[in-house]
Amino acid sequence: MARPVETKAFTLEEMGYTLFLALLAVVCVIIAGKAWEPQMAIHAAVGAVFAAIGIFLIIKGYNDRSGQPAQTVDGKPNYNLGPVKFASVASMFWGVAGFLVGVIAASQLAFPFLNFDLQWIQFGRLRPLHTSAVIFAFGGNVLLATSIYVVQRTTQARMPGIVTPWFIVLGYNAFIVIAGTGYLLGVTQAQEYAEPEWYADLWLTVVWVVYLLAYLGTLWKRKEAHIYVANWFYLSFIVTVAMLHLGNNVRVPVSVFSYQSVQVFSGVQNAMVQWWYGHNAVGFFLTAAFLGIMYYFVPKRAERPVYSYRLSIIHFWALIFLYIWAGPHHLHYTALPEWASTLGMTFSIMLWMPSWGGMINGLMTLSGAWDKLRTDPVLRMLVVSVAFYGMSTFEGPLMSIKAVNGLSHYTDWTVGHVHSGALGWVGFVSFGALYCLFPWLWNKKEMWSLKLVSWHFWTATIGIVFYICAMWVSGIMQGLMWRAYDKLGFLEYSFIETVAAMHPYYVIRATGGLLFLVGALIMVYNLYMTVVHGEDAESATAGSPALAPAE
Amino acid sequence: MSLMEKHAIFEKNSIVLLVGILLMVAIGGLVEIVPLFYLKSTIEKVEGMRPYTPLELAGRNIYIREGCYNCHSQMIRPMRDEIERYGHFSLAAESMYDHPFQWSSKRTGPDLARVGNKYSDKWQVEHLANPRSVVPDSIMPGYAFLAKNELDTRHLKAMVETHALVGVPYTADQIANVAADVAAQANPDDKNVDAMLKRYPKSVARDFDGNAAKVTEMDAMVAYLQMLGTLVDFKLYDDKANLR
Repeated sequence: MARPVETKAFTLEEMGYTLFLALLAVVCVIIAGKAWEPQMAIHAAVGAVFAAIGIFLIIKGYNDRSGQPAQTVDGKPNYNLGPVKFASVASMFWGVAGFLVGVIAASQLAFPFLNFDLQWIQFGRLRPLHTSAVIFAFGGNVLLATSIYVVQRTTQARMPGIVTPWFIVLGYNAFIVIAGTGYLLGVTQAQEYAEPEWYADLWLTVVWVVYLLAYLGTLWKRKEAHIYVANWFYLSFIVTVAMLHLGNNVRVPVSVFSYQSVQVFSGVQNAMVQWWYGHNAVGFFLTAAFLGIMYYFVPKRAERPVYSYRLSIIHFWALIFLYIWAGPHHLHYTALPEWASTLGMTFSIMLWMPSWGGMINGLMTLSGAWDKLRTDPVLRMLVVSVAFYGMSTFEGPLMSIKAVNGLSHYTDWTVGHVHSGALGWVGFVSFGALYCLFPWLWNKKEMWSLKLVSWHFWTATIGIVFYICAMWVSGIMQGLMWRAYDKLGFLEYSFIETVAAMHPYYVIRATGGLLFLVGALIMVYNLYMTVVHGEDAESATAGSPALAPAE
Repeated sequence: MSLMEKHAIFEKNSIVLLVGILLMVAIGGLVEIVPLFYLKSTIEKVEGMRPYTPLELAGRNIYIREGCYNCHSQMIRPMRDEIERYGHFSLAAESMYDHPFQWSSKRTGPDLARVGNKYSDKWQVEHLANPRSVVPDSIMPGYAFLAKNELDTRHLKAMVETHALVGVPYTADQIANVAADVAAQANPDDKNVDAMLKRYPKSVARDFDGNAAKVTEMDAMVAYLQMLGTLVDFKLYDDKANLR
C-alpha cells in the first residue's frame, strides 16, 4: 500500500515574511542610495543585506524541510529548540563583547590616554555601547533563549510558526548590530538606555510585536490548564517593554534619508518620560523577566517546588504595579516638580517589599535542599544571584530617599548600585540558567566541568566585590567632597580635585570588571567543551538517579 | 472560594492575564506623566528664553553625537554647594526647548548648565582638543577632530524645521535664514551679523575656534557651550514668583 505523499507547500507565513523582507530590502536600497549621511547609508545597506539573508534562509528552510514540523515526536512535544540554541550562543558572544567594552571603558576613566583621541572609541560613544551590549544584547538574548524554552516546556507545546521563532531571534540580533554599530558611528538619541535611533526603534517594534504574538500563541496551545508563574513574569516583561519603548521613542525623523530625529517631548516632560522608561527597563527587562528565569531554573535545579504559591501571586502583582511609579527617583532635586519626585520616592520604598517577596520565594525554594549548595556550583550561582537581588533591591529604595539621593546622585554610588544588580543578579542568574540550558539543549548529562563552574563563580564573585566596594567608596567620597566646606566657609575642593581622588578606585573597578570578564571566558570554554565533548545524556543510567553520598 | 482561588481566572486565560498586566502597569505612568503637560506650575514663567541659533543647535547635535551626557550633567540642584559651585539652580524653563533634554545622571566631569561665558573661547578650544593641556588631572577624552571637521550644514534647515514641528517657536524668518545665520554667527565680520543678532537676542557672533578659513564642528560646539545658562538673567528673576 502506497504511503500518502506528504504535501509540502510554501506556507502563508513563509510567503508573508518573504514579501515583507523583500519590500524592506527595496526600501533599504533606496534609502542607502539617497542617504543624507554616511551613517545612514551604511545602516540602510546593512539592513538590505540582512533582509536578503533573511529571504535566503526562508527559502533554504523551505527546501530543507520535508513537511510541516511535527507537533509531537514519540508522544512527546516536539519543542522548537533551534532558535533557543542560537540565542544561548549569541548571549555568550554578546556577553563577552559587552564585558570587554565595559573593561575598556572603565580603563579609559582610570587612564584617559586609552581614548586615543579617536571619536569612534572615546568614552562618550563606548559607554552606551557597553550598557546596550550587556543589557539588550547579553540580557536580551538570555531572555529570548530562556523565555522561548520555558514557555514551550511549561505549556507542553511547540511555539507556533516555522519562520516566526527564528524571525524573533535573528531580528532581535539584527537590531543589536544596527544599534551597536550606530553608537560607534555617532548615531544616538542621547537618552540613556534608549540610544538607538528611530529606524532601529521601528524595527525593534516589529520584532517585539511578533515576539508577543508568538508567546501568546504558545500559551494558547498549552496542555496545562494553568499558566505557570514564570510565564506571568515573562509576559509582563514583553508587554511592559513594548509600552515603554513606544512611550519613550516618540520622535520625528528629520527625513527618512537621515539617521537623525527629534524627540517630541522636551525638558521636564522628556525627563519624566525618559526615567519612566529608564527605571522600568530595569524593572521589567532586568528584574521581572529575570524573575521568570528564577521561577523556572531555581526549582528545576534544586529539584524542589516553588516555596510559596501565594507569595508568588502577591509579589507579582505588587511588583509590576509599584515598579512603574519609581522612575522620578532619578530626578530628585531637579526641575521636576516636587510632587512627582515625592511619589517616585514613596513608591520606590514600597517596592522593597515585593522585591524581597521574590527573593524570599527564590531562596526558600531551597528548603530541604540547602546541602546542594556545597556540591552544585550551578545552584550556588543561582542562589547567590538571588542574594544579590535582595541586596540591590534594598540599596535601591535606600538611594531613592531624597536625603540619601542628595549625596548619591551624579556619583559612582549609582554606578556601583547598578552593577551589584547587573553583575550579581542579572549576570549570575543568566550564567546559572545557561549552565542548566546548554546540557539540556545539546542533550548532555551535565556540564563538561563543574570544577570550572566553581572557578567561574569565585572569579566573578571576587570581581563583583572589587567593583562594588570601589564604587561605594569613590561615590560616597566624591559626594562628600563636593559638599565639603573649609573653616572659612568656602568650598573645600575644586571639582578637579574630586576627579583626581577617584583614580585608585577607578583602577580597582577596572580590575574587578576584568575578573568578571575572565570568569565569563572560563564559562565560554566550559560551554564549548560541553557541547563538543560532553557526555551524552542517553549514556546516563536510565531510571532512578543513583544516590550520591554527601561529600 | 478564597481570594487566592479566584486568581485562577488570570492563570487560566492568557488574555485576562495580559489585560490585567496592562492595567497595572499603565496607572503609575499616567498619574506621574500626564499632569506635567497641563499643570501650569510645571514650567516657570521667565524672561529671556529663546530657541537655539542654528550654529548652537548644530553644536548641541555634536554634544549629543559624542555622548557628552554620559559624564556631564546640565541640571544644578538647589543645594548650597551646587549653587556656589555652578550658579543658580536650574529651572524647568531653561530646558523647555531641549529635544531631547540633556540633564544627564552622572557627573564624572562638572555640571555644564551654566558653563557659558565662564571660560574664554580659546580655553574651550584648547580644552576640547587636549583637556590635559589646561587641566592636568582631567580624565576627559580629547576631541581634537572637531577643529578639523568642517561643519555639515546641508541639512541644518530640515533639523530646525523638525524642531519647529515639535513645538520650538522658531519664526518663519529664522527658518528662512538658517544658512545665513550659521555663517554670520561664526564670522563677526559677516554682513548678516546684525540681522542674526536681532533674530536671536543675547546670541553672540564670534570666530569661536580661531580659524577664520572655515566653519568647523569646533565652532558649533564652542558656540553651544558658551551660551549654556546665559539666557535667563537671574538678577531680574524672582524666585518667589515661581514657588511650586
